[in-house]
Amino acid sequence: MARFTRTILGGLVFALVLAACDAGDTVDPDDTADPADDVDEEPDDDPADDTDDVDEDEADDNGADVAGLSIGFAAEPASLDFSTDDGAAIPEALLVNVYEPLVKIDQDGEIVPVLAESYEVSDDNTVYDFFLEEGVTFSNGDPFDAEAVAFSIERVQEDWTIGLASQMDIVEDVEVVDDLHARVTLAEPSNNWLFSMTTRIGAMFSPDGVDGLDEEAIGTGPYLVDDFARGDRIDLVSNEDYWGEAPEFDDVSLRYFADPNALNNAMLADDIDLIGTVQAPEGLSQFEDDDRFEIIEGTSEGQVVLSFNHDREVFEDQRVRQAIRQAIDRESVIETSWGGYGELIGSMVPPTDPWYEDLTDVHPYDPQAAEALLEEAGAADLELDFRVPNLPYAVNAAQTVQSQLAAVGIDAEIDLLEFPAVWLDEVFTEGDYDMSVINHVEPRDIAQYGNPDFYWAYDNPEVQDLLAEADRGDEETFEENYREVARIISEDAASDWLFLAPNLMVANERVGGVPENNVGEMFDLTVLERT
Amino acid sequence: MLVQLTKRTLVLLVSLGLASAMVFWFLSVLPGDPAQVALGTGATPEAVAEMQERFGTDRPLTVQYLDWIGGLFVGDFGVSYVTGATIGPLIIDRLMVSLWLVGAGMLVALVIAVPLGTLSAVHHRRPLGTVLAGVSQVGIAIPNFLAGILLIGLVAVSWRLLPAGGWVPPAQDPIEFLRRLLLPALALGIIEGAVLARYVRSTVLNVLREDFLRTARAKGLTPARALVRHGLRNAAVPVVTILGLQLAVLLVGAVVVERVFVIPGLGSLLLDGVANRDLLLVQGVVMVLVLAVLVLNYLVDVLYTALDPRLRAAA
Repeated sequence: MARFTRTILGGLVFALVLAACDAGDTVDPDDTADPADDVDEEPDDDPADDTDDVDEDEADDNGADVAGLSIGFAAEPASLDFSTDDGAAIPEALLVNVYEPLVKIDQDGEIVPVLAESYEVSDDNTVYDFFLEEGVTFSNGDPFDAEAVAFSIERVQEDWTIGLASQMDIVEDVEVVDDLHARVTLAEPSNNWLFSMTTRIGAMFSPDGVDGLDEEAIGTGPYLVDDFARGDRIDLVSNEDYWGEAPEFDDVSLRYFADPNALNNAMLADDIDLIGTVQAPEGLSQFEDDDRFEIIEGTSEGQVVLSFNHDREVFEDQRVRQAIRQAIDRESVIETSWGGYGELIGSMVPPTDPWYEDLTDVHPYDPQAAEALLEEAGAADLELDFRVPNLPYAVNAAQTVQSQLAAVGIDAEIDLLEFPAVWLDEVFTEGDYDMSVINHVEPRDIAQYGNPDFYWAYDNPEVQDLLAEADRGDEETFEENYREVARIISEDAASDWLFLAPNLMVANERVGGVPENNVGEMFDLTVLERT
Repeated sequence: MLVQLTKRTLVLLVSLGLASAMVFWFLSVLPGDPAQVALGTGATPEAVAEMQERFGTDRPLTVQYLDWIGGLFVGDFGVSYVTGATIGPLIIDRLMVSLWLVGAGMLVALVIAVPLGTLSAVHHRRPLGTVLAGVSQVGIAIPNFLAGILLIGLVAVSWRLLPAGGWVPPAQDPIEFLRRLLLPALALGIIEGAVLARYVRSTVLNVLREDFLRTARAKGLTPARALVRHGLRNAAVPVVTILGLQLAVLLVGAVVVERVFVIPGLGSLLLDGVANRDLLLVQGVVMVLVLAVLVLNYLVDVLYTALDPRLRAAA
């Protein structure tokens, strides 16, 4: 028997070798590429070190334990640097929680102060005076002051690579009036600028804290990044030197599940406390029937748009576009795409925006009218290249749209494209498509109807003028013009807006105060409460 | 022996060279641009061009290939487009996670296969043997991701005995590590055990018919002792060969199981890399997998001769 055992052990030699390798690896943490090591090796004056003892204790916390909170999300941040990577998951995790902006957007869509105790805007809307909170420090120990504001804003203009950074181009000058007073001068009046300061581009950085942004986040926020385990989680611990009110949960683990069903299963198995965004709506019934869970439905800023490529001849005729809108029963699209959750919208405006107007009746579902319009436009037997990203909601919506269009004689051939890589390349950049479906989640993205270079190539001078005037004008003009633009593009059938994507979350009984509306770019952890 | 070793080394090098060229070429024709993916829907063409220059993807393909392959010779896998991190340590980190999974899966497979295979050979043409052979047939028919989903559904979701997924490094918390390793290891190992059991069964069957076993019985050993002392060691030779080859299969199977159980191993790294068009990273991971398969074949050869002196003489 001994010999036999030895033989089998011989067969297992690989397993042993690998076990030995790993043991060696874990003994010497310097060998690993674990970004957490960099955080731990900071100089002693780093306040993050104060929490190191806590970290050791919390290392045992996994899943739903007594002290910490575990939240499941779908997309994992590729890095911690949202200045060079466009991914929405990075600001979702870090904005407000780790990096704080001067102002943020609250659950009602209002701009409220964070690091700016207050601010004043000059009458001509070009000079913004920010009066800063006193006694705020970055997690590397540096003080937060007007210098940091100037540094952060100028850095967006110089070093940021993502598209959103262009919204900072309008800033002409940042003046350090005194330590707690920064004055920003815009080249021309802009109503959008302050709003964009609530997004990631408004995040405040320390001049000495931007060297290893992809692995190390140094902000002023209530949380510190304790560990970024790629492919798995970001562990946040509360910042003991935080200037404001301490958040209710000391330890929050943000866990990432590339597979939507794995996310649902983790919730069902009590491994996480909250699903940040439900990705597989067809799995929701499992939570509906279980009293351990609460489904929270709020609104998002994501409009699921059926986009028309206005560079294509077929879409030159408004009647054709209107016909497509009238051929689609959007209620049934919501049913197949998001299991009945979601709201009808008649234009590119979420109901949380102040200029929202109910435009759902502009082109109501009416297949007969659609057919008549097509005939009138001489576009019977229309064939469309319907290029759709391979995302569950988009595929489901596209199939329903396809069959409804077939009913009025339009042949929309679905071509599934891998998202993001291929869709971005072929549809978004090259404009090689007739029609597509995508959830546009960027706030206030109605402005893209004023950008003829955007992938839907909508070129309407009236809309462009209204939008430009809105940005320059006072608040009233702004809202009025936006409302006007929303109506024009709806009547012109610039696209079809299938529905507003729901913001669905599932929470267990441990967590309350969940921010139900998905506003801005962040998942605000500071508002969560113990129950 | 030396001639054979040189030959095999040459074959190994040529295979690696070919594999690297193929991997590079396949990925270069893959639609989707890493710079575009990193910059997203707000990107201007100028920003994309700038990013391409930073990544070096604006250079001719041959230059990019030579640059990459030159780096590989000195162990430099390059830098990830997406994270800016050096790829080498990243791969090693994730490989360790995958190897834990593969090792545990193999252990489960052996624990199942050796007794199951031996029993069904000994009970050949008897009811127990037929039942056991049937069980292993069913096992083979189940893909491991399905086994994973079933295990999660039962053990994690319905009974709530173990977590549905996730990963905790063993150094951080050994108990939690095992709790989270158990289900994926079972998902990977049960199926593999069924595959191996059939090999164990057929080699044990062959061994049972051998003269030396009859001699052992004639010496007065009980059937069980004869099998354990003389039979199993002989049966182990072909099984070890298969084991080596199956290790490579397991490593690939782990890619899918990692996805189902949300384990940050090589498989998830590979899939995320493909999604982000982090081409250098994907090339690196695939090369490591190719290398693993080839090296495993080497080790199988070496073990083969160690187990069976007759093969040593022949070589």
